[in-house]
Amino acid sequence: MKQFKGRPVVAGECTAEALVSHGGFNTLASFQNALQFGDMPLIGDKNKETKCGDQNNADLYNKPMAGKALCLPQTIGSTTGGMVLYCATEMRRNPKCMLFSEHIDSLACAGAVLGAVWAEEAMTVVDCLGDEFLAYVKDGMEISVAMDGTVTVK
Amino acid sequence: MDYKMNLTQEELDILNGSKGETMAKVMKTLVLYGDAFDATKMVSVTSEKGHLVTSFGLKVMKPVYDLMAQLIEGGALSAQKFSVDPKPLDPKVPANFLQKLIFNKFMYSMQDMYDGQLNKLGLIDNNSYTCTCYMDEVGNVPKKGEILSWAESSAVVYANSVLGARCNRNSGIIELFGSILGKVPYFGLLTDEGRKATWVIEVKTTKKPEAQILGSAIGMKVMEDVPYIKGLDKWIGTELDGDTKAYLKDFGAATASNGAVGLYHIENLTPEAVESGADLITENAQVYVIDDAELARVQANYPVMWKDKDATPKLCFVGCPHLSHAQLIEWTDKVAEGLKNNGLKKVSIPTVFTAAPGVIEEFEKTPYAAKLKETGVVLSYICPLMYMNNPLCKSMPVITNSNKLRTYTTSRYYRSDEILDIITKEAK
Repeated sequence: MKQFKGRPVVAGECTAEALVSHGGFNTLASFQNALQFGDMPLIGDKNKETKCGDQNNADLYNKPMAGKALCLPQTIGSTTGGMVLYCATEMRRNPKCMLFSEHIDSLACAGAVLGAVWAEEAMTVVDCLGDEFLAYVKDGMEISVAMDGTVTVK
Repeated sequence: MDYKMNLTQEELDILNGSKGETMAKVMKTLVLYGDAFDATKMVSVTSEKGHLVTSFGLKVMKPVYDLMAQLIEGGALSAQKFSVDPKPLDPKVPANFLQKLIFNKFMYSMQDMYDGQLNKLGLIDNNSYTCTCYMDEVGNVPKKGEILSWAESSAVVYANSVLGARCNRNSGIIELFGSILGKVPYFGLLTDEGRKATWVIEVKTTKKPEAQILGSAIGMKVMEDVPYIKGLDKWIGTELDGDTKAYLKDFGAATASNGAVGLYHIENLTPEAVESGADLITENAQVYVIDDAELARVQANYPVMWKDKDATPKLCFVGCPHLSHAQLIEWTDKVAEGLKNNGLKKVSIPTVFTAAPGVIEEFEKTPYAAKLKETGVVLSYICPLMYMNNPLCKSMPVITNSNKLRTYTTSRYYRSDEILDIITKEAK
């Protein structure tokens, strides 16, 4: 077990299984297919687990993201990113929390804050957890997040 | 609510509801957003016009339309007129029966409703749908030093780097909130410090590097940092003329989509680099050397997502971001010449060139329009990314010279010279 202290961007408490992206997380590329077509008859792939659709992310491609503790350095890509995260949050298809090793980027921050102010239920977001956090955490580990931004990895 | 930023009395009053509950929530969002970046204050948006990234009436984006409806109902309309990214549909673009059914009945069934919302919120006009709003023919061209509240990664990086305006990489919705409030939090690329380069890129190629691959290599390396690029002026000159601007448009889009670059400086070329030179580079900046081998390595590593990697392409997109007027003319000439040399009259693969409605309008006035039509190429205002953004396109072999389109879809990337070769030769 190891603890890491970060900064709560959207404070909250939760426990979830870790899902780790060591490279930048491309929000649009990761969510677009699952959010749009996940439950569409005939052409959808019953993707209610919100499987990552980013072909460039070898860590996450095709892995379910909903309900996970998504551990990442930062998000990258299209400036629709924050809006996509907001939609995922409102649709309850979001990760349970997003844990950033680095300072949160402007797009992810927008999604986090939009969720906190406008959505029915906000997603917990912690940043500045450090490189050691991302080096230590592995897919499937149990993660607990406290209100003050302390992240416990088991 | 707790916040750290210094707010004026007027801003505080808005936060406390002086202009209604909706405006208070808009202000709260921007204050929390700015606080996360230690913004010290809010500053006024000084550009004449805004630019939004969200142009598509996707059924799945109901939360966004609900939010827009709240804004309209609460009287929180944009204080400045804005342009918006390209439309996702154009009947001129080839699509089969199933695609048309899915596009119109399922995916974009909210398009008309959303267009109506955009008009109420402050859209300039129905010709203002493009990702290249900064083209002269479109007319949303910010001046050096102006503060913007824009989104669309390729437009933001262009406005910052080529025009010298100041804009953070805002997300969709946040950019609209800045235009509604007329203020944005002061941090990042709005500050002098945030515009300094933490990377030096040394271009040491033996020929002019393909803009889309060079941008991709830099984006993947520096992520959201600011690069200062040396050695590129040798290939693209020191004047910001039409050709150079078009090169930088495509280069910047690749840096922003393959990474998260919001600003780059090019030695002896871009306004701030010309003004301040190496003073823009921070101490201990990292160095990335790019030569022919590095560009070849980057291109070779792009995954090919087609089920049958040897399939004959069924569609080709050129123009993500939208082509400039000069690019349209250059492509028209090259396609016509390529077809003539190969003894063909029409392109061998259905091909779509995309450009802003204003650019198309001007292009249509030239003799090149008829010349392009003769080649069989379709000219459209569509957003290729939105067109391809569905499961039917997953199994469709589409080719493009856009690194942005490659990143977000299953389209396969080829250099522009390769694309030209493919579409002007007899299909296999």
